Amino acid sequence: MDGVALIVSQVLNGLQLGSIYALVALGYTMVYGIILLLNFAHGDIIMAGAYILWIILAQLGLNPVIAMLLAVLGCTALGVLIDKVAYAPLRNAPRLSVLITAIGVSYFLENGAQLVFGADAKVVPSFAPVSNIQVGGLSLSFVALVTVLVTAASTIVLTFLVQKTKLGKAMRAVSEDMGAARLMGVNVNNTITFTFAVGSALAGIGAVLYVMAYPQATPTMGMMLGTKAFVAAVLGGIGSIPGAVVGAMLVGFAEVFVSAIGLSVWRDAVVFLLLIVVLIVRPTGIFGRTMSEKV
Amino acid sequence: MFENVSRRNFLQGSAVLAAGLGLAGCSGDGGGDASSDGSTIKVGILGPHTGDVANYGIACRNGAQLYFDQLNADGGINGKQVEYLVEDEQGDPTQAVTAYNLLVEQGVVGIVGDVTTGPTTAVAQQSVNDNMPCVTPSATAAEIVTYGDNTFRACVTDPEQGRIMAAFANEQGYKNVGTLYLKGDDYNEGVNNAFVEEAQALGITITTEQSYSAGDVDFNSQLTTIIATNPDAILAPNYYEDDGLIVTQARQQGYTGVILGVDGWSGVADYASAEDLQNCYYCCAFSSANTEGLAAQFTADYEEAYGETPTNFCALGYDAAMVLAGGIAAAEEAGLEAGSDEYLQAVIDGIASGSVEGVTGTIAYDGTGDPVKSSLVLTFAEDGSEEVFETIDASA
Repeated sequence: MDGVALIVSQVLNGLQLGSIYALVALGYTMVYGIILLLNFAHGDIIMAGAYILWIILAQLGLNPVIAMLLAVLGCTALGVLIDKVAYAPLRNAPRLSVLITAIGVSYFLENGAQLVFGADAKVVPSFAPVSNIQVGGLSLSFVALVTVLVTAASTIVLTFLVQKTKLGKAMRAVSEDMGAARLMGVNVNNTITFTFAVGSALAGIGAVLYVMAYPQATPTMGMMLGTKAFVAAVLGGIGSIPGAVVGAMLVGFAEVFVSAIGLSVWRDAVVFLLLIVVLIVRPTGIFGRTMSEKV
Repeated sequence: MFENVSRRNFLQGSAVLAAGLGLAGCSGDGGGDASSDGSTIKVGILGPHTGDVANYGIACRNGAQLYFDQLNADGGINGKQVEYLVEDEQGDPTQAVTAYNLLVEQGVVGIVGDVTTGPTTAVAQQSVNDNMPCVTPSATAAEIVTYGDNTFRACVTDPEQGRIMAAFANEQGYKNVGTLYLKGDDYNEGVNNAFVEEAQALGITITTEQSYSAGDVDFNSQLTTIIATNPDAILAPNYYEDDGLIVTQARQQGYTGVILGVDGWSGVADYASAEDLQNCYYCCAFSSANTEGLAAQFTADYEEAYGETPTNFCALGYDAAMVLAGGIAAAEEAGLEAGSDEYLQAVIDGIASGSVEGVTGTIAYDGTGDPVKSSLVLTFAEDGSEEVFETIDASA
């Protein structure tokens, strides 16, 4: 393998990792944008998606296409359910109460999964049609390519949804000023539910891509993934959709770069160091707007 | 329940012992006479049978019990039946010492155990005071056998596994090998470092040593770096969950070459696809897929006795019991007084100078408590099931 091939492969590794973080970070950023809630249970929705895939593929042996669809639908339903059960009753409560509830939901999901499925890793059988493809004498990971393409497509669809559709307009309105949006006839509750649904569907897609690359489901798999995606969202500027993608790519590339130069033990430390630096230098993140506190 | 039984048997045993002594005083042929009185030899089986690491303890215990049961069915040692006393230490070093003392008070002449590293270290430090022969089936930390001459192990150490795989790599003609291991863990680092040292001594080039942290699932970057060095083989001396991910990701990157592992790979077949596991080799003391000799017989016997397929730990428990019985046989032949200091020393000397044909290979000791023994190299059939590739000799 020559130098060019090595760089191409490492760039693809970075894009793959960044793409998975991006799908999770988008959910974080959308929910924060609309109700100013850091939904710490978001990473655990990926975990739920991974277990859905495991049940369908390993236990029931159904078609992978059905498995992927059900995983995305299952994650969407779970996201909406969490909002309805845990967050909706606290819509007018102090933000701290909702934040603590989110942490509680996260622990509930993790420990619930451990109770039901056990602590050991469940292996999801491979459902990628091929493991790698040859491009000009270069062997590229099929899963990595698919991950990057699907994430790019999802981001484009999401941007269209938010910018060009009526629901998107409602989302932006609620995020701008919930009270004013309500006065203008926007159904705030439906809009919030829709936001959770979209964010969780993206997490579902993330779960499918994650499991394709790392075919194991464990109860705590969402914890680190969620934390990294949270870092990505804050890096990019929480509340900003392009920010989440850019932040995620930064995190992904930082990890791959650190590993590539032989400091793999430091990869998590570097990610969090990046967060600290951004918070000191530019607290609103790369794409963040400076919001004036309402008094 | 068994405490009552063993107490009664202890008293009974003492009485018989006294009678045996009397007889021994009368004639030089005391051993044979004692057997007709139903005299027994007491041994301990110590390990975690409840708690977090109960899996290992139970596996070792089952293996050891199977051996003693078979030994008794064949007439025991020197005509005496072996009575085994089982103590549970729950994986805790303090409890292990308590359990050890309990066994000593009950008059055992040797112990199969302990099982995991922490408690075994505690027991090794305590047992040296009594010069009590102990054979651990499975504790791999190097220092366990350094506290005294009385502690032996039936398994090989972590570094020894690294050396075995280096010998294998050399034998297969791999010239360039890259490694990927979990940093900060004694097992993974120990194997990796020993492999690297031995491989270099054998003239193999280590192209790169990559590592990762506990909990990582993405190894793509490190694998890209390793694959870029064009290795003939990649060593991944980790536990099966990580190894499954490493194998899958290496294959996704288009690496079709050899991947090497050690006994942490046991069970990896469930964690990567059969296709991806082709061209993978790892060393292990025992495999139920071994269709040859004692191992096949043991697998059949174990399945009949317990209704499940034996693991590596079951086999090591069986062999540890065999090693201990070999030492006891030597002491019995010398006609020494059971439980005396000379008797215990004779058991230790018997183990140290003896050699037994175990189900995990021939076990002999070369002046230390570490065995000189052969190891299996396993690979995977096309359907992903484990199969024996070859046996690597102790001298390697």
